[in-house]
Amino acid sequence: MIFGVPLVALASQLVIGLFNGAFYALLSLGLGVIFGLLRVVNFTHGAFYTVGAFAAFLLTTRAGFSFWACLLMAPAIVALLAAVLERALLRKLYGLDALYGLLLTFGIALLIEGTLQLFFGVAGQPYQVPAILSGTSNLGFMFLPHYRAFAIGISLLICLLTWLVIEYTSLGAKLRAATENSRLLEVFGVNVPLLLTCTYAFGGALAGFAGVVAAPVFQVSPLMGANLIIVVFAVVIIGGLGSITGAIVSGLMLGTLEALAKVYWPPSANLVPFAIMAVVLFLRPRGLFGKGE
Amino acid sequence: MVFKARSLSLPERSRFKVPLLPIGIALLAVAPLLLYPVFLMKLLCFGLFAAAVNLVLGYGGMVAFGHATFFGGAAYVTAHAFKEWGFGAGSGLMIGVAFALVTGFLMGLIAIRRQGFYFAMTTLALSQMAYFAFFQAPFTHAEDGIQRVPRPNFLGVISLSDNMSLYYFVVIVFLLGMLAIWRVIHSPFGASLTAIRENETRALSLGYQVNRYKLTVFVISAALSGLAGSLKVLVFQIATLTDVSWQMSGEVILMTLLGGVGTFLGPIIGAALVLTIQNYMASTAVPVTIFIGAAFIICVMLFRKGIVGEIDSFMRRERVSGWSGEEKVELQ
Repeated sequence: MIFGVPLVALASQLVIGLFNGAFYALLSLGLGVIFGLLRVVNFTHGAFYTVGAFAAFLLTTRAGFSFWACLLMAPAIVALLAAVLERALLRKLYGLDALYGLLLTFGIALLIEGTLQLFFGVAGQPYQVPAILSGTSNLGFMFLPHYRAFAIGISLLICLLTWLVIEYTSLGAKLRAATENSRLLEVFGVNVPLLLTCTYAFGGALAGFAGVVAAPVFQVSPLMGANLIIVVFAVVIIGGLGSITGAIVSGLMLGTLEALAKVYWPPSANLVPFAIMAVVLFLRPRGLFGKGE
Repeated sequence: MVFKARSLSLPERSRFKVPLLPIGIALLAVAPLLLYPVFLMKLLCFGLFAAAVNLVLGYGGMVAFGHATFFGGAAYVTAHAFKEWGFGAGSGLMIGVAFALVTGFLMGLIAIRRQGFYFAMTTLALSQMAYFAFFQAPFTHAEDGIQRVPRPNFLGVISLSDNMSLYYFVVIVFLLGMLAIWRVIHSPFGASLTAIRENETRALSLGYQVNRYKLTVFVISAALSGLAGSLKVLVFQIATLTDVSWQMSGEVILMTLLGGVGTFLGPIIGAALVLTIQNYMASTAVPVTIFIGAAFIICVMLFRKGIVGEIDSFMRRERVSGWSGEEKVELQ
């Protein structure tokens, strides 16, 4: 018993919290990378997550692909969609005020979600957990569902890989250089427009990946991303946009705190991310990990 | 590349001025003979809502993504006051406005600490928090909403129960709201606000208390949005979660954008357009979000100044020869 709550209940809520936190981390990471380079707050991010889940759902139920294949194919599909959107629409707004980008991506998100609603309705569709991950383990103090452990692990692995690529490869160096001064980088002969497209596609792929991982646990529905994205915005504000560590740490932290709120005072669980955001804004407006502007 | 939060590039003040006022009033007076009065009242409510949002969006240069909280929150409070406390029409509207004013002050206080899209995300997140709070508060009846709200008399004697008398009441409240907006825009306060929108750093260095101006316009806009929401309760006799959802905040931005951000009449025309199309869409199986999303995309890609803004700059181009009439394009 910890503060009147049995350890088993607390531990399993914490696993759920980390599980949600892993999604927050993946999504806010993508948002941060896109924002860092394109200076666009990508409202379409939630829709990318939804498209990822739907792609996995359709690939499995209609074409018979396995979950593992979907884990690669669905993000690729989302990346392709994102690249097309960037080339066709977003690119034309780069010279203008950044808020137009926000409004455009908001419109794209609504269009995608509406289209999915038209074809699949608002009801959720179930998606099977792959057989190999369907069991649970008894850890003595709690039961750990394998799939959740897997989801947390692979999400953190992807976050770590992204961080390594950005910090330690030449591609990452170009990316960071473009964030600092894209014009100068262009003078050095780097194809910056291509870099922008790839970045947007990559951010989209991260969201799509999160969507596939989420599909077996949450129901696949057209609105699954719309509600998540607003929490992710709160995560991003708390962590500070543009900070990779900030995105990962505050994502996991928020997921955990949300889970604790669910244990100790259930009605507050939905409010927790936003309340924390308000407090952070008051005490440290640039976010916990944000650099000064 | 250093990013600075900038205001949207907006047309200056609209050219449509006083001569349109008598025509507008005459149109409003005869409109219910031609069109369904309930639809007209809906239009007036959303027109006022969009015009209130435009104060922050167009004249304050801040993209506020949380105005549904004021609109829908005031609707809840007014509905509760009508139904459970037996308030009259006037006092019911007032308590709704008071609620919107206070919540607007609180949200503004937190949100204006950041600029640009941080401001947008903060208002969005705070209004989502309010959404969950309304969802869980017992008096809102969660998914059922507050239904069958009575239409009380105004000042105890003037009955608003039939649609025609209510229509004229709504028209008067609408005009008063628009008058308030007109006064705000054309006051020294409005001029200072425009200065802040155009160049915040310079306004700051000139000694303007920039944040105080921003907070004030945010609160005024919230209060007027609340008035629109309370008015809607009187018309539809219902207050639901739809009115406090983020989709509503997005819809009203679309109305403003479509009609013309920073123009006086644009938001009303935008509201009329969106509501008319929604009406037609309601009879089809196509979700309204498809239309809203497509309209956003088209508007942002093709006519950023909105309908009234484009007409306005076209007329200027006609009048002033030798000037290209192109609005300045802001480059990073």
